[in-house]
Amino acid sequence: MTTAADGEFDGFRIAIVGAGPSGFYAAESLLRAEVSIAVDLYEKLPVPFGLVRYGVAPDHPKLKSVTAVFDRICQMDGFRFVGNVQIGTDVSTSELQEYYHAVIYAYGAGKGRQLKIEGESLPGCYTAHEFVAWYNAHPDYRDLPVDLSHESATIIGQGNVALDVARILAKSPEELLSSDIAEHALQILKGSRIRTIRVIGRRGPAQVQFVSKELREFGSLDNCKPYVDSADLTFGQACELELADPCRSDTVQCIELLRKFSTNNASQQTDGRKCLFEFNWIPVVVAGDSRARSIKLQRTQLSGSAFSQVAGLCDQTREVDCGLVVSSVGYEVQALNPLQLDESGSRLSNENGRLVSDGKILDAQYATGWLKRGPQGTIGTNRADSVATVSALLSDLPSNPPQKAPIDNLFKQLSARNIRPVSLLQWQKINSFEMLNGAKSGKPRIKLTKVEDMLAIAHG
Amino acid sequence: MPHIVTSNCNQCRYTECVSVCPVECFHIDDEMTYIDPDLCIDCGGCIPVCPVNAIFDTVNMPAELEPWILVNREKSSVLPVISAAMNPLPGADDKKKSLNL
Repeated sequence: MTTAADGEFDGFRIAIVGAGPSGFYAAESLLRAEVSIAVDLYEKLPVPFGLVRYGVAPDHPKLKSVTAVFDRICQMDGFRFVGNVQIGTDVSTSELQEYYHAVIYAYGAGKGRQLKIEGESLPGCYTAHEFVAWYNAHPDYRDLPVDLSHESATIIGQGNVALDVARILAKSPEELLSSDIAEHALQILKGSRIRTIRVIGRRGPAQVQFVSKELREFGSLDNCKPYVDSADLTFGQACELELADPCRSDTVQCIELLRKFSTNNASQQTDGRKCLFEFNWIPVVVAGDSRARSIKLQRTQLSGSAFSQVAGLCDQTREVDCGLVVSSVGYEVQALNPLQLDESGSRLSNENGRLVSDGKILDAQYATGWLKRGPQGTIGTNRADSVATVSALLSDLPSNPPQKAPIDNLFKQLSARNIRPVSLLQWQKINSFEMLNGAKSGKPRIKLTKVEDMLAIAHG
Repeated sequence: MPHIVTSNCNQCRYTECVSVCPVECFHIDDEMTYIDPDLCIDCGGCIPVCPVNAIFDTVNMPAELEPWILVNREKSSVLPVISAAMNPLPGADDKKKSLNL
C-alpha cells in the first residue's frame, strides 16, 4: 500500500504529466531508484495508456498487451494514478512546481503533421492521428464525420501508421468483429463502399518507412489484394547502395513482398477490394466543394547520393477521385505554455531531458518520450529514453527533499475547482466495465467513447 | 509469432535489443541473450537495432535457425532477466567483422 498520499511521506515527490508508455517507464525507473520517491502520474483523460489505447490498431491485440507491464507499474509502492486532470487547464505548470520536487512532461504529440496543401481541411480529409483516434474510440474524435460511401480512398504516407489505416479500411467487418475497434467505426466500416485503397509515398520502394512484418499482412487479407506496378521496382545506383547496407535488411524484405504483390494483376476484375501501393507522388491539392472529392498528385524523382537522396518535383500531375484522404506523415508536438519548442519545432527544447527555456536549463523540469526526442519511435523506444531522463533527474536531486506545499492541499484545490480525479481503483472500474461488455460480444472490450460515461462509472 | 535471438548473438551480446524492449522479455547468460516467447509482444523493435542481425520473427526466419526457437524458450525459463543494456562481450566487434557487418 502506498504512502504517497500521506502527509507523512518525507521523500521526493515527482509529478509525471501524461500516462502513455514514456510516462509509465519514467514512473518505473523512478520507483526502482534507491531513493525515497513517490510518483503522481497525471493524465488528462480518465483512462491511461495514451497511444497504446488510442493509437495501436485494434487488430493488433498482442501489441496492446504491453498494458500488462503498465498494470504492474501501477502496483509499485509509491505510485499514484491521477486521471481526469489536465495540467495547464486544471492545474497550472507553476502550481505543480509548488507541490512537487520535479516534474516530467510526457504528454507526447497530440496532433498529426499537416500536408500544408489547399483543401486539407475539407471534411473527408483527415490526419491519420484523427482517423486512428476515431476508430480507436477516443472521446475527442468520436464525432469525426467519416463517410465511406465513395469507392476510392487515398492514404498519403508509407509508414506503419499508413499501413494500419489501409488495413482497417481493407478488412471485412468479420475480420474486425472480435477486436476492440470503436462500435461507431465498425458500423461505418460495415457500410463502406470502398473498392480501391491507394497508399502513396513521395519516394520509392527503397525508402519505405513501414516494416516487413506489417506489410506482410497485406498478402493474406480476406477481402483485399495488394498491387504494385513492377515498373516501380527497378532501382538506380543510389537506391541499390542503400539497399545493400545491413541496416536496410528489413527494407529488402519489404521489396521482396512488394515484388510478390506486383504479380497480382490490377486490371483484373475482382469482387474484393484492391490496395495499390504507389510511389513517387506527392499530394498538391485536395479538391471538393463541401467534402473531399479528389486529390491532385505531382510526380517526384529521387536525386542525390545514397542516404541523402531527395524527391524533386517533376512536371507530371494526375487527379485521383476519392472520398477519403488520410494523411499519415507523422505527428506534431505542442508546447504547453510556458514550455518552449526547440528550433526544429519537433520537440520541447531540452538537453538530455532537462527542459531549456531561452537558452537556460530550467530547474527540476524534464521531458521524456516524444516530447523529448520528437514524435518518432515505437513503444519500446521509450523505455531506455525514460530511464535516461530519470537518470538525469536523479543526479539533479539534492541529498534531502526541500520543503514543498503539502500535497493534500493540491487535491483540495482540485475539489474546489470541481475537478474529480480518477484514481487507479476507479480506472479499474472503467476497465472492468469495458471488458465485461466486450466479453458479451466476443471482444476484448467495448470502449466507452464519452468522458462523462467514463466518469459516471469511475465515480458512480 | 514471437521473436527469437539466434547464433550471431553468441560471443557478441551487444544488448541493444534490451534497451528497446517494452516488456523486459530478454534473459541473459555468459554467451548471448534469449527472448521469452510467452512475454514477447511482437513489437519488432529489437530486430533493427541488433548490430549483427541476430533476431528473427519466428514467422519469417531461415529454416536452419529454427532450432533456436526451442533454445530461446528453454533458456529464458531458467536464466535471469536483463533489464538494461550492458557492454558487449570482448570479442563482439571481431565477430561482427567476421560476419561482414
